Amino acid sequence: MSAPAASMHSEAAQRTAAGLGLKMGRPNLEEFADTLLALAQADRQIVAVTSDSRGSGKLGPFGQALPAQIVEVGIAEQNLVGVAAGLASVGKTVFAVSPACFLTARSFEQIKNDVAYSDNPVTLVGISAGVSYGALGTTHHSLHDFAALRAVHNIAIVAPADNAEARAAVRAAAAARHPVYLRFGKAALYDLPAAGPFALGRARMLRAGADGAFIATGETVIHALLAAACLEQQAGLQCRVLSVPSVKPLDRAAILGAGRDCRAVITVEEHMVNGGLGEACAGVLAQAGVAPRFKIAGIPDEYTATGSQADIFRHYGLTMEGLARAMRALLLG
Amino acid sequence: MPTDQQLARKSLRYRRDILRWIKHAGAGHTGGSLSCTDILNVLYNRILRVSPATASDPGRDRYVQSKGHSVEALFVVLADRGFFPESELASLCGYGSHFVGHPTRKVPGIEQNTGALGHGLPISTGMALGGKMDQAGFRVFTLLGDGELAEGSNWEAAMAASHYRLDNLTAIIDRNTLQITGRTRDVMSTEPLEEKFAAFGWAVRTVDGHDLAALTAALSAPLEAGRPGAVIANTVKGRGVSFMEDVGRWHHGVPSDEEYARALAELDAALAQLPEATA
Repeated sequence: MSAPAASMHSEAAQRTAAGLGLKMGRPNLEEFADTLLALAQADRQIVAVTSDSRGSGKLGPFGQALPAQIVEVGIAEQNLVGVAAGLASVGKTVFAVSPACFLTARSFEQIKNDVAYSDNPVTLVGISAGVSYGALGTTHHSLHDFAALRAVHNIAIVAPADNAEARAAVRAAAAARHPVYLRFGKAALYDLPAAGPFALGRARMLRAGADGAFIATGETVIHALLAAACLEQQAGLQCRVLSVPSVKPLDRAAILGAGRDCRAVITVEEHMVNGGLGEACAGVLAQAGVAPRFKIAGIPDEYTATGSQADIFRHYGLTMEGLARAMRALLLG
Repeated sequence: MPTDQQLARKSLRYRRDILRWIKHAGAGHTGGSLSCTDILNVLYNRILRVSPATASDPGRDRYVQSKGHSVEALFVVLADRGFFPESELASLCGYGSHFVGHPTRKVPGIEQNTGALGHGLPISTGMALGGKMDQAGFRVFTLLGDGELAEGSNWEAAMAASHYRLDNLTAIIDRNTLQITGRTRDVMSTEPLEEKFAAFGWAVRTVDGHDLAALTAALSAPLEAGRPGAVIANTVKGRGVSFMEDVGRWHHGVPSDEEYARALAELDAALAQLPEATA
């Protein structure tokens, strides 16, 4: 018998979300699967490729509706990506779907060479990313994928923060004629405030402010937004919140704007602090001579704490409370 | 369709050109390029439905060179087939050249970027699967080394190609029995290849990889309906130059001036013994 899953948000955080009028949506993975099915029904060249991951990828309905547009390769991630590249090279629009932990590590060389270097238009869909499989241990965590793929030329890296970003990202990937990596978790997510359209290479400003800035990606964005609301209520601090679904290409102008306008910047990601969004932003800021007080919030370089995704977020302070505390320390310390 | 004798002359000229460009560049995978020369000759002059004019035709046959290091043989054959002027090979391995030491799509006629071993068969499996999905008539060929078959990804693809009954896929194994460290059987035996591919559900045929007629017969049509085909070509690394044949150090050796002269003399002498076909 497993321990009951802890809620991702404390009661205080849930009250803050309600105060902002936020409604709970569904897991991005479900949004992905429904969006892909609709796209594939309209375009019969769209093909999903899975490595015994049809169920994990919520592609059961896709397989039933479009059996001729789904390919199973078995538990063989290297072949998953190689086959996806081959399919794309003969004209298919390919979504290769596998847990992010295996997809971006086991098949890294296939991603680097067969997809990115050969420029085959494959969308790699890393499911249950970050610490979504928290309790299953490090084998099943993907805390390296941003860093690994940022070092590969010719692949966009996208981590949507809510269902709307996920839907737009899947559509953008299907239309892109170049490689894309999409990263999805499996927890239900709040729908975030409207903040302009999604585009590769663009950050979305969810909240204005010029005291501090949170620059966050993926499933951590909601925690940054709640922290900003909390800081305003409790300390009168105005914090900007940028959702950065496109980790690469990065919206340099938005990052520099945050760095120039605000005294403190905290980046937030469900990824190791090495080589992810935080270091990407640090590189942009430092090379432009912009030097706000700066912190990278993420998973530190250590043997990762165990527990659910919520437990691990709480352990490392990737919560409303933890991020608000970190911003106060940075601004007032 | 060129005659066997015309093709035999081509093979000798290809071997001469391979050595010329490797000598010019001061780099190259000599032994493996010479072992697969006859295979590429038959593929590009008799089997593959590809040409510069149809290089982006969706219905063209595909060739993926998984043993990418033997790219010099591929460059020479593609130049002969008119994909680019042979003179462009003067930049081989030079600064800014797209004629690098492994295949890239920047070179006209090359389908996929390869060079890391164990990638060609999965990609070719995807291509063949896409062809089946579209009921397209094209065939897919990939060339693998026997040493390369130690890469596990090949066997993932071998499983899938058989599972999906991809008889439009042919893997050619350039079994020259040598790899960079020594004999494949000593480094890591990949044998028995015939039994391994058969056990994975493939149709298998073993041929003399320097017998142009035998290669033609094995490659002209799928070996068996409903199964991918493995054509295991027994070859000699360094084939055609006596002192390079079956000698490991020529894996990526560049001939000295004296060795180069001797090699060309041997190939020219062989060419002189093969008269031009009478009209």
